[in-house]
Amino acid sequence: MTTPILQLQNLKKIFTRNGQSEFLAVDGVSFDISAGECVGLIGESGSGKSTVANMIARLLDPTEGRILLDGEDVTDVKARQIFRTVQMIFQSPQESFDPRRTLGDGIGESLLNVGRSRSQVRAEVERLLEAVGLPPDFARRYPHEVSGGQCQRAAIARAVAIHPKLLICDEATSALDVTVQAEIVDLLSRLMRERGMACLFICHDIALAQNFCDRLLVMYRGKIVEEGPPDEIVQSPKQEYTKLLIDSVL
Amino acid sequence: MPTSEPTIREAVIRGSSGKTRLYVFGAMAALLIVVAIFAESLCPCDPYLQNLDAALQQPSAAHIFGTDRYGRDMLSRVVAGSRVSIFSTFLLVAIITTLGTAIGVFCGWARGRADHLLMRVSDLCLAFPGLVFALAVAGVLGGGLHNAILALAAVSWPKYARIARSQTLAVRETTYLKAARLAGCSTSRLILKHILPNIAGPILVTAMLDVGTMMMELAGLSFLGLGAKPPTPEWGSMMSETRGLLQTVPWAVFAPGTAIFAAVMVFNLLGDAVRDWMDPKMRVKS
Repeated sequence: MTTPILQLQNLKKIFTRNGQSEFLAVDGVSFDISAGECVGLIGESGSGKSTVANMIARLLDPTEGRILLDGEDVTDVKARQIFRTVQMIFQSPQESFDPRRTLGDGIGESLLNVGRSRSQVRAEVERLLEAVGLPPDFARRYPHEVSGGQCQRAAIARAVAIHPKLLICDEATSALDVTVQAEIVDLLSRLMRERGMACLFICHDIALAQNFCDRLLVMYRGKIVEEGPPDEIVQSPKQEYTKLLIDSVL
Repeated sequence: MPTSEPTIREAVIRGSSGKTRLYVFGAMAALLIVVAIFAESLCPCDPYLQNLDAALQQPSAAHIFGTDRYGRDMLSRVVAGSRVSIFSTFLLVAIITTLGTAIGVFCGWARGRADHLLMRVSDLCLAFPGLVFALAVAGVLGGGLHNAILALAAVSWPKYARIARSQTLAVRETTYLKAARLAGCSTSRLILKHILPNIAGPILVTAMLDVGTMMMELAGLSFLGLGAKPPTPEWGSMMSETRGLLQTVPWAVFAPGTAIFAAVMVFNLLGDAVRDWMDPKMRVKS
C-alpha cells in the first residue's frame, strides 16, 4: 500500500487573544489524501476550513496533532521547507500577488528560490502563462492591471510552477463570477490530470465540489461531521448539518 | 439634492494637478541642491575673507545682502552656508530614516520581547521634548556639527520606527506575504523584496516632510551654539552671531533667516506634493 501524500492526525487549533478568550477553530480533524486524489472540504464560513488549509501549508502552527507529508512529519517545519510539495491558491487573486511586483516576478519566484537562473525562469514563466491560457506579455503586468479571473489564472500558474504533489485551493473560485468560475475549474482539473497532482478543494459551493472532487469532507464547527463520495453525500446525507447545507443550496 | 457639479473642493483638487506642484517644488528643491553643490564657485566673494573697513555695510551693489561685523559678504556666506545646512540635513534625515526603518521592521517582524523593549525606548524619546533632549545629548557629546547631527538622530528615529513597525505588522499578515512564504522565500528575501518596497511609500513621504523640520532643528542647535562652529558659514549660527545687531543691522540677520525660511518652505511643500502624488486616490484617473 502506498503512503498517502497527506495525513492529518487529530489536528487542533485554538486561537488565543491575550491568553484570555479562547476559540477552538479546528477540533480534532483527521483525514488522508492519496496521490492524485481530489478531496473536497465543504462547510459554512467560520467552520475552520481555511485554518486547516493554512496549517497544512505550514503558515499556521497547530495547537495539537500531527501533519504528515509523504509520510514525513512536517508539524514543526515552516512553509519554505515544504513549498516544493505543497502549494496553495488563495481566495482573492489580486491580494495574493505583491502589488509592487509583476505577475511574472510572482510566478517565477519559487523557481528563483530553488536556484534556477533568471533566463530559465523567464522562459518557464512564459510556458506556464501559456499553460493557463494567458498571453506571455502578462508577465510584465501588475496585479491591479488584470481582471480577477486572469489574476487567478496567474495564481494557478504560480502554484503549479514548482510541480507540487498537493495543491490546496482555498475558496479559489469564490471571488469570481460564475462563467469565470467554470473556466478556472476546467483549468484546474486539466492541470491536475496532466500533472497527477492531489488536491484539497476547499469550497462552500456543494454543487461545484460534487462535480469536481473524488471525495467530500463536511466540516462543521471545527469538526469533520461527514465523509464520503460526493454523490452519496449529496443524495443521502446522514448528518442533520449536511442536510441543512444541501437544502440551503437547493 | 444630488448635483453633478463638482464642489469647490473637488474643483480645486482637479484644477491644481498634483503633478504640477510636484514639478514646481521639485525644481525649486533641485535649484537649492545645485546651489549647495556648487556653493564655492557661486560665491561672489570669499565667505571667510574679513575686511574690517567694510564691516556692517548696508546692502549695496557690491554686497547685495550687506556685510557682517567682520566685513564678510553676507550673500557669499549664505550661499556657502547652504552646503553645510542642506547637506547636513540630508545626512541627518538619511540616518534617522535608515535607522528608524531598520528598527521598526525588526520590531514588526520579530515581535516579542525585543519589540517591547525597543518600543518603550522609542516612547521615551517621543514623550521627551525633542530639542531639549537633543540639547542634553549635544551638551554631553560637546558642540560641533557632527555631534549636533548625532544628537538629533538619537531623538528623531522613533517616528520612523513607529511607522515602519505598524506597516510591517500590516504587510506580514497579507495574503501576498503568505504566497511569498509558500514560494520558498527566505526571511531576508521576504523583508527586502516584499516588505520594504511595500512600506517605503509612507516612510519616504515622512522623510520628505521631515527635511524642513530637521533643517530648522539643526539651525536651532547651531543658533544655540551647539552646532556648526564659527567661522563655518551655517545659517543658524550666522543668525546667532548677528542677533545682537538685529535693531541696527537687520540685514545681517534677515539674510540667513530668509534662507532658512525659504529652504524649509520649499522642502515642506515638496513633501506635501510628494505625499499627494503618492496618494492612490489622486492617481485613480491615470
